Formats: sequence, structure tokens, C-alpha cells
Amino acid sequence: MKIKILGTGCAKCHQLEQTARQAVKELAIDATIEEVKDMRKIMEYPILTTPGLVVNEELVCSGRIPSKSEVTQFIINALDKEEKSKK
Amino acid sequence: MKQSDVYNSDSTPSESLAASKQNGNRAKLFIRLGIGVALWAFLYYWLKPAADFITYDIFKLSASSHLGSSVAFFLYDTPKVILLLVIVIFVVGIIRSFFTPERTRQILAGKRQVFGNVLAGGLGVVTPFCSCSAVPLFIGFVEAGIPLGVTLSFLIAAPMVNEVALVLLAGMFGWRVGMIYLVSGLAIAISAGWVIGKLKMESYIEGWVSEIKMAEASSTASGMTFEDRIHYGLTAVREIVGKVWPFILAGIAVGAAIHGYVPEGMLASFMGKSAWWSVPAAVLIGVPMYSNAAGIIPIVQALMEKGAALGTVLAFMMAVVGLSLPETMILRRVLKWQLIGIFIGVVAIGIIIIGYLFNAIL
Repeated sequence: MKIKILGTGCAKCHQLEQTARQAVKELAIDATIEEVKDMRKIMEYPILTTPGLVVNEELVCSGRIPSKSEVTQFIINALDKEEKSKK
Repeated sequence: MKQSDVYNSDSTPSESLAASKQNGNRAKLFIRLGIGVALWAFLYYWLKPAADFITYDIFKLSASSHLGSSVAFFLYDTPKVILLLVIVIFVVGIIRSFFTPERTRQILAGKRQVFGNVLAGGLGVVTPFCSCSAVPLFIGFVEAGIPLGVTLSFLIAAPMVNEVALVLLAGMFGWRVGMIYLVSGLAIAISAGWVIGKLKMESYIEGWVSEIKMAEASSTASGMTFEDRIHYGLTAVREIVGKVWPFILAGIAVGAAIHGYVPEGMLASFMGKSAWWSVPAAVLIGVPMYSNAAGIIPIVQALMEKGAALGTVLAFMMAVVGLSLPETMILRRVLKWQLIGIFIGVVAIGIIIIGYLFNAIL
């Protein structure tokens, strides 16, 4: 699983990154977390306000810091999709 | 709306059970809200008697002494401003839950100058975003065909008209001052955006902006329920009040100290109405300075109490809050320096005009 944090490095982006790390740790899944700070790369996603959370190349949340349980839900949804595409 | 539809329709028992449970939760939320509002009103009503009682009866300070009036002022003003802040941020939070940046962009797309500027100024106040998002917002707006001037009206209004500053000004100097700040901030954002639009500076947007093929932005936030909006408002209160209360405490402490001790009119000679150069000087000092709206209020309080003119203080505050070096640096990524220069110049002139205007008529 690939998770990306979109944001130019403000406090909110760091907060989101930590929330994502915690969620991944608690779920005990294999995931990479990458911070995307280049504005051109950020704008490849349909985003108007940072920070943005991308799970498996899909923007799931932007402009706010989701709670840990929300992030967990985003990851579980993405895992479901992975499962379905395998079948 | 949705819930009541479910409730009224012929539903199966399990559906109506779910609906009534949801209505039960909603009723609980309403009861809690009602208790909250009642508690708020009760506290607000008893503030003054309580502050006086603590100062004069418990601390046994005399009402005519400097210390007595300072302590009474501090004990009354601190909870008053915080109570006002809680209610206004809650209401603004609920309003903001209706305006996502994606929706604002949709509203503004296809709007022309003038009307577009007015709309953009208003939306800049109610659309939630932090200044680090200025670049993606700018690109997203321009990509959607929103004129440069209209986009800038939006980006000027957002930091300039700040709900925390509005409440603090209203709480400390009365609602008239608060309204003056709100209306003049909007006027600057609208007219500065309009002027820049007239100057046809589109070629001074950095080239890479137009090369971006932006994916169609769709709101990731699905429809919010009434409960979600209440929670959104409460989260805003927790976040903002949690962040600004030390500044408010400091501001009121400064105000209280001055209230009792420093003679009035100390600054009147060089920041009063008669000193014509004080407005541009205040703006020149204010532009490179940066502070959030809450942090500037202690200074505003000190200046006003010592006899500085309202227009001058307002100009200083707007220059600090509305035009900031960090925000300009962020915008520099998408705007060439000529346009940045015009942007700062036009907004600064707008602030100076407002400063003179209020020094002249008040």
C-alpha cells in the first residue's frame, strides 16, 4: 500500500503524517508513507487545499486533518479495493 | 432533511427503529446545545457582578484605586471576550461547514469582474483554508477560468477579515468598531482585486501555472448532516480558542494595566488624528511585520487606550494581518515579482485610504 501526504511542509501536514503513521502501525500493515512537497506533483491530484491524504493514488481527504479512526477507515477501504481487484 | 423524509414515509419496522434512534440522538444533541446556550447566557449575565464581587469584596480592593479598577477590568473582560469568541467561532464554524473551497470555486467560476469581486470577498471570509493552501487554491481558481482580479479578491479577504479579530475588536471597543473593521476589510479586498483585474496583469503569472493539467477537483467531503455541522463548529471552537487564549490573556492584561495606570492621550501627539503621516507610517511598519489576528490585539488595545486614532490603529492592524511576508513568499511561487509588487502596493494604498477615512469621519 502506498500512502502520500500532500503539503508544502506546514504544521498541519506534519500532524497528518503522524496520524497516518500511527494508523498504519496500529493496523500492522505493510505501507509506505511519502511526503509530497513539490507543488507541481501535488497539483497532479484534484486538490484545492492542503494537507491532502492520498491512499493508493486516490485522494481521500483534503483541506483538513482527519482523525486517526477516519484514516484507518480510508486504509481499510483501500485494502478492500485491493482485494476486489485481485479477484 | 433526509432524516425527516425517512421518518414520514411508510417504512419497515427496522427502518423506523433506526430513524427514531437517529432522531433520539438528534434530540439529545439539541438538548445538549440548549443547555450549552443557557449556561453561556447565565455566565455572560453574571460576569460583571461576579468580577465586582471578587475584586471589591473578596480582594477588598477599592473601586477608586488604580489596582482595583485594573483587577476588575481584567476579571470582567477576560471571560467576556472568551465567551464571545466561543459563540462567534461556533456560529462561523457552522457557516463554514457549508462552504468548501471546491464549492466556492464552483460558485465563482464564470463570474465577471465587479460582481465576481464582491462575491469573492464575501466567500473569502467564510471559506475555510489555511494560508499554506494559497498556491493550490490560486492554481485551482485560475484553471477554472476565474479572473485573476476575482481570485485575488478572495485571497486578500481571507486573512484580512478574521473572525477572531472581529470578536476581539467588538468585545473591547464595541460592535461599531467591529463592524467598521469587517466592512472596510471587505471593501479593500473587493476594490484591490478589481483594480488589479483592470491592470490586466495576467501575463505576470508564472508560466508553469498554465502548464499544469489539473485533475477535476471534486469535493472529498460527502454531504454533511446537521450533527456533522455542529461537531464541525465545536471542533473549530476547540482548535481556535485553544490556540489564541494566551494572546487574549496577554492583551487584556496589557489593557488592564494601562486602564488603571497610564494616563490617557500619551500617544495622541504622534498617533492621533492631527499627525497626518501616522497612517502611512503605521502601514509601512505593519507590512513587514507578521502576527496572527489574536497576537496583534494586545498592541491594538495598548495603542487605542493611549490615545492613538482609530483609523491609524485599524490601518496598522490590517497591514500586519492582511499583508504578510510569509504569505507573499508563498504567492511568489505563482506570481512574478512585478505582480507581487502591484499586489502589495494596491492593498497597502487601500489600507491607507481606509485609515484616513476613519480618522476623518470619527
